[in-house]
Amino acid sequence: MEVSRHWRLQKQRYQLVGETCDNCGVKLFPPRDVCLECEAPAYELFTFAGTGEVYSFTTVYDAPAGFEGMAPYMMAMVKLDEGPIVTAQLTDVWPGDVEIGTRVEMVTRKLRTDGDEGMIVYGYKFRPMLEAIA
Amino acid sequence: MQRVAIKGIGQTPVREHWDMAVHNLAVDAARAALDDAGIDKVDAIFLGNMTSDALNKQHHLATKVADYLGMRGVETVKLEAACGSGAAAVRQGMLAIAGGMMDAVLVVGVEKMTDSKGAETTRALATAADADYEVIHGVTFVGLNALVMQRYMHTYGYVQADFAPFALNAHANGANNPNALFREPISLRTYERGRAVAEPITLFDASPIGDGAAAVVLVSAEKAPDAVKILGSASSIDTLAVHDREDPLWLKAAEISTRKAMAQAGVTHDDIDIFELHDAFSVMAALSLESSGFVEPGQGVPFAQSGAIFPNGGLPIQTMGGLKARGHPVGATGVYQIVEATQQMRGTAGDAQIDGVEIAMTQNIGGSGATIVTHILGK
Repeated sequence: MEVSRHWRLQKQRYQLVGETCDNCGVKLFPPRDVCLECEAPAYELFTFAGTGEVYSFTTVYDAPAGFEGMAPYMMAMVKLDEGPIVTAQLTDVWPGDVEIGTRVEMVTRKLRTDGDEGMIVYGYKFRPMLEAIA
Repeated sequence: MQRVAIKGIGQTPVREHWDMAVHNLAVDAARAALDDAGIDKVDAIFLGNMTSDALNKQHHLATKVADYLGMRGVETVKLEAACGSGAAAVRQGMLAIAGGMMDAVLVVGVEKMTDSKGAETTRALATAADADYEVIHGVTFVGLNALVMQRYMHTYGYVQADFAPFALNAHANGANNPNALFREPISLRTYERGRAVAEPITLFDASPIGDGAAAVVLVSAEKAPDAVKILGSASSIDTLAVHDREDPLWLKAAEISTRKAMAQAGVTHDDIDIFELHDAFSVMAALSLESSGFVEPGQGVPFAQSGAIFPNGGLPIQTMGGLKARGHPVGATGVYQIVEATQQMRGTAGDAQIDGVEIAMTQNIGGSGATIVTHILGK
């Protein structure tokens, strides 16, 4: 059982809560209590908007154990509008619909399940930004 | 500080060794290295290995290997730095000799990867990435490198086929190494027909897993004046996750460890005769050449296309097949690189021999550039 391992990350998984550096203002995700830019302590929480653009993407055909049922699936590095890059799956999308620079937004989806009776782990994935119909 | 010599080398072929357990492989390579060195006693065994727990159900592996070598009483410890474990273990051995604390050290790198199903092996390797922010999302090592390669192609305007020279060179050279896993040259057509593993990475852009072990015996250079010496050794890290890097297309840890190792050795890029780099994926070979300072950013691919990386080029790489054709038994790879560079400098590389190798550089990468260990060997 890994309940606590996932429970303690719920703010990151469901809300993209990271940190901001008091010293230089850089936004950090995931939170690590130290600024990647200036190495100053960084404890102030910061909630990201969940929007950004595709920095890079791929399709995974040979999945690790626990993910075989999803394969093939698209993965991306997403550059959030506030600065940091996150790695996550793309969802609600077909290969060919995505290129570097595509605008995307965070959604909550099932990340994996531990067998028929195990935990279901939810978290962030990204999909192409839905456009309001004018 | 004592200068350190490589007195003995040993290796098993990289294969699917169905008849051998992880410790059998290590013992074979260790005995070969001890025989080559002409000694039977060492002060310590430093063992590089990544997945003996996940794939072989065996922690405490260094002690088991020493036990099965009949070396009760010796000091042992296993070192783990993902795919960089092998060179990390060599560096610990070097430090023990250089500091004068030990007279002789055995370093073994070993990995036994083919007992388990592919998905299990893939999962075990993925643990080198960040468990909470990469692995939980279904990242694989191929996937991470595919993300890097896609961005690299976008930034510098290359297509996948431009990376072919890295695979062609590796397989051509591996054909001349009896210890290589793959001993057949491949054609450009074969490369282009490789199936997608994680776009844009195809089969021939990715190194194969395998079972193997390599070993070196290190002593003070005073006791082995004619042996190949370790002139420089440095290790450096970057963020564990690729996405946290200042620039995901730059291996900061390669830049730093190369600069330090070259300063120790008193050599410059022009002095390096061969470079055994960590071509786990084609794009990683390009990034290694660039971040280590051999070419400008983005120029790794045209450098390979120019033929400079071939055996008769200005900077031969993958001279015994590299990770791509010799195979990539992850925790053993860094030691294979040192063993192969030593073969080249001794002039015992057989059909794979490059003429006149005086200075060799090796670079072993853990994760997707998170730990990078660089060594420079000389005479």
